Amino acid sequence: MTQKLVVIGAGMASGRAIEHLVETAPDAYEITLFGTEPRGNYNRIMLSPVLSGEKTYEEIVTHDADWYATHGVTCRFGETVTGIDRARKVVLSAGGETPYDKLLIASGSNPFIIPMPGHDLDGVLAYRDLDDTYAMMKAAEKPGAKAVVIGGGLLGLEAAAGLKMRGMDVTVVHLMGHLMERQLDEAAGYLLRKELVGRGINVLCSSNSKEILGEDGKVRALLLDNGTELPCDILVMAVGIRPNTALAKEAELAVGRGIHVDDQMVTSDPDILSVGECVEHDGAIFGLVAPLYDQAKIVAKTLLGEAAAFAPKQTSTKLKVTGVDLFSAGDFAEGDDREDIVFRDPARGVYKRLVLQDNRIIGAVMYGDTADGNWFFGLMKDGTDVSDMRETLIFGPAYQGGAAADPMAAVAALPADAEICGCNGVCKGQIVEAIQGGATTLEDVRAQTKASGSCGTCTGLVEQVLAVTLGDDFVLPTAKPVCTCTDLTHEDVRRLIKSQELKSQPAVWQELGWTTPNGCHVCRPAINFYLLADWPLEYQDDPQSRFVNERNHANIQKDGTYSVVPRMWGGITTAAELRAIADAADKYNVPTVKVTGGQRIDLLGVKKEDLPRMWADLNAAGMVSGHAYTKGLRTVKTCVGTDHCRFGTQDSTGLGIKLEKRLWGSWTPHKVKMAVSGCPRNCAESTCKDVGIICVDSGYEVGVAGAAGMDLKETEALAKATTEQEAIDMTVAFVQLYRENARYLDRPYKWVDKVGLDWVKARVVDDVENRMALVARFDLSQTVYQKDPWAERADAKTQRAWSALADLTLEAAE
Amino acid sequence: MSWIDIGSIDDVPVRGARVVKTAQGCVAVFRTAADEVFAMSDTCPHKAGPLSEGIVHGHKVTCPLHNWVFSLETGEAQGADDGRVPTYPVRIDAGRILLDGAELAKRTAA
Repeated sequence: MTQKLVVIGAGMASGRAIEHLVETAPDAYEITLFGTEPRGNYNRIMLSPVLSGEKTYEEIVTHDADWYATHGVTCRFGETVTGIDRARKVVLSAGGETPYDKLLIASGSNPFIIPMPGHDLDGVLAYRDLDDTYAMMKAAEKPGAKAVVIGGGLLGLEAAAGLKMRGMDVTVVHLMGHLMERQLDEAAGYLLRKELVGRGINVLCSSNSKEILGEDGKVRALLLDNGTELPCDILVMAVGIRPNTALAKEAELAVGRGIHVDDQMVTSDPDILSVGECVEHDGAIFGLVAPLYDQAKIVAKTLLGEAAAFAPKQTSTKLKVTGVDLFSAGDFAEGDDREDIVFRDPARGVYKRLVLQDNRIIGAVMYGDTADGNWFFGLMKDGTDVSDMRETLIFGPAYQGGAAADPMAAVAALPADAEICGCNGVCKGQIVEAIQGGATTLEDVRAQTKASGSCGTCTGLVEQVLAVTLGDDFVLPTAKPVCTCTDLTHEDVRRLIKSQELKSQPAVWQELGWTTPNGCHVCRPAINFYLLADWPLEYQDDPQSRFVNERNHANIQKDGTYSVVPRMWGGITTAAELRAIADAADKYNVPTVKVTGGQRIDLLGVKKEDLPRMWADLNAAGMVSGHAYTKGLRTVKTCVGTDHCRFGTQDSTGLGIKLEKRLWGSWTPHKVKMAVSGCPRNCAESTCKDVGIICVDSGYEVGVAGAAGMDLKETEALAKATTEQEAIDMTVAFVQLYRENARYLDRPYKWVDKVGLDWVKARVVDDVENRMALVARFDLSQTVYQKDPWAERADAKTQRAWSALADLTLEAAE
Repeated sequence: MSWIDIGSIDDVPVRGARVVKTAQGCVAVFRTAADEVFAMSDTCPHKAGPLSEGIVHGHKVTCPLHNWVFSLETGEAQGADDGRVPTYPVRIDAGRILLDGAELAKRTAA
């Protein structure tokens, strides 16, 4: 009979344990999972890249509610377990009683909050979960915001670096004499501090916090015991974690620092197991992910009645701060019976230290160059006698046995059981096995072994194992192909489409040797764009090769509804248009009406089947699609210019409208946003647009290649136009040059960065004949593509195509 | 098996899809470049994205929200992603698309 397993805590350890269980024996248990956070399981060690903006939450999700559902796990996310009745074998929660045959406690740990005065003020945060991360990100939005981080350990420094990258003014307050004192010695701590100070982070070591000062219940500053006051908007406490044992204690299980478990991960109650940061095994508690994953394996085996025993392994540490290379393993305290081997290269900021005892490595600290870290770690774990290689040991495996220095040698010299991916416990042998089984790329290896799939710091190592194992067959991907359907790059494909006169997608697939029958979601939109840009008259645009937004002419939202944005030429509208928009919002129950940054009105939350009728209504009021969903011209933002403004030098609104009327409807490699400001006060924010024009008394300054998204970049001066017509021609020619040459999904600033502004100037500014030829080719394309997609789709046929093919709900109900 | 006529093959764009509303949610009916049809749940197991709005390539579809790729034949997520979309028997007869109503009803009852 299927037994009932209740799991308390939806974190990384329990996630991995459940994964093992459902993979090995999907029917052994009926699993119910309780999680206090109102979401599924995510890769908690990747919160730092989320904080710094290098990753998004979506990218670090490992198991969401749907994953659990697919595997038959009943999820009770957002529901906290309040008690365990061991006698009756039930757990208690807001939802009532849930019976269990086996119980797995994975309650994790709580961040330790120093109980100093003011610790309960608003703005005092821990750094533990996604909500903490979001709270920090929110605080960083305020310009000039200040943060104080208490704790110069792994977590505190990752928080500090992330907040700094978000633009905050950051101070780290650390009690000990040097940073990360549990993992680093003083010298490495010094180099790390130097790096962080170089990034503009204020680091105070040997500093004791006394009190958190507040104002109106909100944190205002941290007071140190030497009297220094550090003003701050948020205060992050990252001083360690404590196993969360409250439930276990209350249920009278054996609890020390953590919940006591034996080698099989069973607690003092034979029907209750525990895993993760909440456990204490053989006197030790655990905070790094590798041993937790090992425990998860043992838990799954024990639950399935297989023999297994948890044996803690030594672990190594890396800091997840981009650009900081740091490795630490083992014990490196000084002692009479210990010897050090130290290597320093001050100019490169490199420091390496090995600690030896009885001719064996017992500790390793490296900063600046950590390539040999895993080799040292291997020698350390195996207890290898290093007396024979002592003289050259510090130079790494490449120098052992007199072999010539080769960057790959370090990896080649690693034994099969050397650990490559610490997070997932993947050793070199498993990766080699996967490669011998046919894996040829990093993605293949990741899919088959999980190596480099968690924190990602071993990605380079995995690539080196690929290179060593495959030899000449492995080419480190320098020129990135479009996708897995071809080995050609975007640039190759564009060139060949022109030179071989390929005018259809099947022609591209055939002539350029595509490996798939009809491409994939990555290459199809790109090829479709290249073809329509190069052969506007011959090629027929393929909606089925477009991303949903461009196919449905509306932006899909996360719940499957769409947004509708009517065009407002240069941001100018009328009372009649606003009335029509308001009427449409009422008629189609639009839940959200928002003013956009591009001087438009966004109607969000529209059902797909309502789109054609809504477009027809807006069309009838004289409005057309705003193309807010395209890789094409979005908006031309303007100020009021000479019409109303006492500073305006030219008719900026008029020029903006002319540009928009000329350019709308054209497809481009990525979206294009423009602005025209009537004077250098730049109220239309022209200097961060793809094309931004600033009017001056003597004419028009045309700037290009600005950015205000993932990157922030000021426009570069393309040219000064003396007449309005010249400004328009240059803008149109620039857009056409971009359409003809850029790779798909490169914004103009990325493209200009690749080809160089001088190359662009030569074609758009200096060579007037070429400029006008570009303009002519643009206008030719516009004869085909400058059509209002709304008007074209406001018919009964589209209405049908945009609705369900059939409705069986009534039949099924009968 | 009880085949329900849900429409003409011409109503579904080549390398595209349409949805059929059923008592247990929308079912996406796909048409490939080779004019084969496949039917599976319209709901991506990842974040409930509408699979019918995805790009169809070969015997696969890519979810429009986060680019998960599914086999139209088995409903299995491809590559490193883990998940499965329920599939339904569907066939073409004289240009008409027929969906198995018995299978739909069975899943509703289950």
